[in-house]
Amino acid sequence: MLKSLGIDSVDELFSDIPASVRTDGIEIPPGMSEMEVMRYVTDMLSANVTAYDHPCFMGGGVYRRFIPSAVKTIVSRSEFVTSYTPYQAEISQGMLQTLFEYQSYVAELTGMEVVNSSNYDAATALGEAAAMCHRVNGRGKFLIPQLINCDKRSVLRNYVRGAGMEIVEYAYDPGTGEADLDDMKRKADSDVGGVYVEVPNFLGVLDRQAAEVKAVIGDALLVVGVDPISLGLLKAPGDYGADIVIGEGQSLGSPMNFGGPMLGLFGCRQELVRKMPGRVVGLTKDAEGRRAFCLTLQTREQHVRRSKATSNICTNEALMAVAAAAYLAIVGHDGLRDVARSNMANARKLRDALASIKRVECPVLDAPFFNELPARLPIKPEKLSKVLLRNGIIGGIPLAKHVPEMGDCMLFAATEMTTDRDIERLVAAMEVME
Amino acid sequence: MSYRQARYDVRLIQEMRGRSDFTLPPVEKSEVPEELRRTSLDMPNLEENEVVRHYTNLSQMNFGVDNGFYPLGSCTMKYNPKYADVLSSLPAVADVHPCEDEEGVQGSLRLMYELERALAAISGMDAVSLQPAAGAHGELTGMLIVKAYHDSMEEDRTEVIVPDTAHGTNPASAAMAGFDVIEIPSDEEGRVDLKALEAAVSPRTAALMLTNPNTLGIFEQDILKIAGTVHGAGGLLYYDGANLNAVMGRTNPGIMDFDIMHFNLHKTFATPHGGGGPGAGPVGVKAFLEPFLPSPRIVLEDGLYRLVDGPKSIGKVRSFHGSFAVLVRAYAYILRCGSDGLRAASDGAVLNSNYLRKQLVPTYDMPFGELRKHEFVVSAKKLKDERGITAMDISKRLLDHGTMAPTVYFPSLVEEALMIEPTETETKETLDRFADIMLRIAEEDPAVLKASPHNTSVRRVDEVRAAKDLVLSHLQLKRRLARDLGGMKVKDDGKSCSFCATLIGTDKR
Repeated sequence: MLKSLGIDSVDELFSDIPASVRTDGIEIPPGMSEMEVMRYVTDMLSANVTAYDHPCFMGGGVYRRFIPSAVKTIVSRSEFVTSYTPYQAEISQGMLQTLFEYQSYVAELTGMEVVNSSNYDAATALGEAAAMCHRVNGRGKFLIPQLINCDKRSVLRNYVRGAGMEIVEYAYDPGTGEADLDDMKRKADSDVGGVYVEVPNFLGVLDRQAAEVKAVIGDALLVVGVDPISLGLLKAPGDYGADIVIGEGQSLGSPMNFGGPMLGLFGCRQELVRKMPGRVVGLTKDAEGRRAFCLTLQTREQHVRRSKATSNICTNEALMAVAAAAYLAIVGHDGLRDVARSNMANARKLRDALASIKRVECPVLDAPFFNELPARLPIKPEKLSKVLLRNGIIGGIPLAKHVPEMGDCMLFAATEMTTDRDIERLVAAMEVME
Repeated sequence: MSYRQARYDVRLIQEMRGRSDFTLPPVEKSEVPEELRRTSLDMPNLEENEVVRHYTNLSQMNFGVDNGFYPLGSCTMKYNPKYADVLSSLPAVADVHPCEDEEGVQGSLRLMYELERALAAISGMDAVSLQPAAGAHGELTGMLIVKAYHDSMEEDRTEVIVPDTAHGTNPASAAMAGFDVIEIPSDEEGRVDLKALEAAVSPRTAALMLTNPNTLGIFEQDILKIAGTVHGAGGLLYYDGANLNAVMGRTNPGIMDFDIMHFNLHKTFATPHGGGGPGAGPVGVKAFLEPFLPSPRIVLEDGLYRLVDGPKSIGKVRSFHGSFAVLVRAYAYILRCGSDGLRAASDGAVLNSNYLRKQLVPTYDMPFGELRKHEFVVSAKKLKDERGITAMDISKRLLDHGTMAPTVYFPSLVEEALMIEPTETETKETLDRFADIMLRIAEEDPAVLKASPHNTSVRRVDEVRAAKDLVLSHLQLKRRLARDLGGMKVKDDGKSCSFCATLIGTDKR
């Protein structure tokens, strides 16, 4: 090859790099054999305490769920794994149809007419939703609940910084954890472009007033955040007036992966589709009149519109969307309902067990909940985390960082994976708290 | 050498009917508040076997690096090593919750800490955050850092400059962070026009975003002058790392005087692209910008890896710590390659690119000089003028030969552009075969090209129709069909959603 280029050394192909910016190698160790790499990384990671062999009561947006083995088989198909974004539709029908099916599933679950083929995670989807509200109605304020994961709030602020939007929080009822609709109404003035509501909310509460929100917020857009598993039992937000639905789709067939990659669900009403961020797959026909799929509405996107695009998003979470479609196909209508029921049932067992522990206050909130709930502890939650870890248990999330006024509480989650034995072990470890 | 992609008449999964064999241990019914109770959910129950067949068949109607050559310019579609997949699905990766106490996740934190160090060494940057989820997300993060930095200096800088050859994400990310985007033209060599740059910088300049080599595959030799001009005006220099695979070990963004950059781990560091994602877009900065990096930062104190939030940090750009499963893959790749291996990767990428270029020119025009880095852009303009063959025709015809098409019509300053990036993981035989196909296509009957592809699972797809007559979900498809039937209802027979199947394509058999 060198000869065909008329050169003696590859060095000559780098002759256009001026000496002033040349480097001589990279200061990292020399390479390893595959065997050594496997050993090195495996050894390093063995220091992790995993939910694979320890009871786990941690949620807060990421859950240890049962993933049917066939999901793994499907998402491991290397035709999916090693492909790029399906720009060339004719040779990429497999990925395109799968993403169309994903869009269809999420549309059905959320009651939204259009769904994009993924955002990075729920937090960035929320950021994009707020920015989209601004694009739709040009208003400068976005209302969010005071009870929210603080990381989500931080991401949201970064996403609306460019548009110069102001984030305003509405209060909650400290007795129930539900939204304070009076406060929301007061704050939903004519500068508010969108209002965000979570069902279930950050503390697991199923806000019974969700369907009343639309009437309270005037003509601002209603953005609803969901846990897709809960939608096996809960009403689709589209049925109570949502204009945009976002959510965390990790629960649909993807492992926790230390928090990434995740899957940002994003859907909206049909009228808003041209303001929507992200890739979307549409149905069309090929030259022989046969059903075919392709990426569509690309004129919203960065590679066409550059600085005028609806978002900068390019690489997304397509493979997680494949997992979500495969998961929903395997569990089906009945299975999703059963998973949701199992979550609720196990979380109630967990509530009763926590309530039985001396000096632990549970429930803290008098409201219906899905699979998570806070408990008030006699010791610092951060300390309990370490105590539990030493007992081989992954406890809940200390709330101080997220909800300062509940700094003495820990947020516990149960899923379909939570066993009676797990709960017994948790109780045994907590009973000796000092 | 003939290629024929699998073609199944696959119904939508939503059109299938069956019985689910998924079960969980039985539980008592829980009460959902009436206000929120769901009354309908149109989602089929299906046998697992049917689902696996459905998606296995669909996968065979898709094309990845494991299927064949993937010369998609600026996407660095190199081979994805399989050890990385195995490592990233270990329970120690998959089954770890991101909110666990630091003591329980020392393995994850150590891996991230070491990866940050390795990326810093590769790039000549001082500090790295692994949080951003993708390249464009890294750009947004970088732009937020630019903003935070200028704010901290109490300067109001509102403009970001990008060359006309920049990836579309550059201007989009700058705009998303609130900057006005100033686009400058390239000079006749295909490089940044220094005069245009000097005219564009001002006290309003917040940053210049640049990739080097640029998207034409040309190295910006005047990089230190460019840096001097931008820095002289008080702006920062941002490196789009999409093309880093061209220069590892030969030069780096740090020595080129860039202040901020992102890495595309799914390009340079061989993690699979998953049909669109996930990726990972870590951000590297020089020391003076480290305080602004997303929080938390990983520190090593008394042998313990800890997570700390800094007071000047821009905060978070996504949940948790980044695309960890992708980070594991990238680190495994870096360990495997080591310093020499990474340099060899870049050397190979540049050699393959220049070799392939040599085979295609002069049948295809290549504007701007000779030497290229990891990718090159040829033009089909001559073919279009003489025989009516467009870049689109060529790209579709390539699919017939079982090779992915190059990136087409980008960058826009080259007419009928075909942007070709072979990567280092391809053999000479593959490159020769590709070149042979390209040369033969140039000779083919234009009518055959216009009618291509012939050998893929579907023929040329009507993208105009898709955008004009939007059908984005099964629900919309059903509505469309109902409309077309004048409101007639078709009974669901419980076996398939015959409503849809009878009307679009699949029942033609």
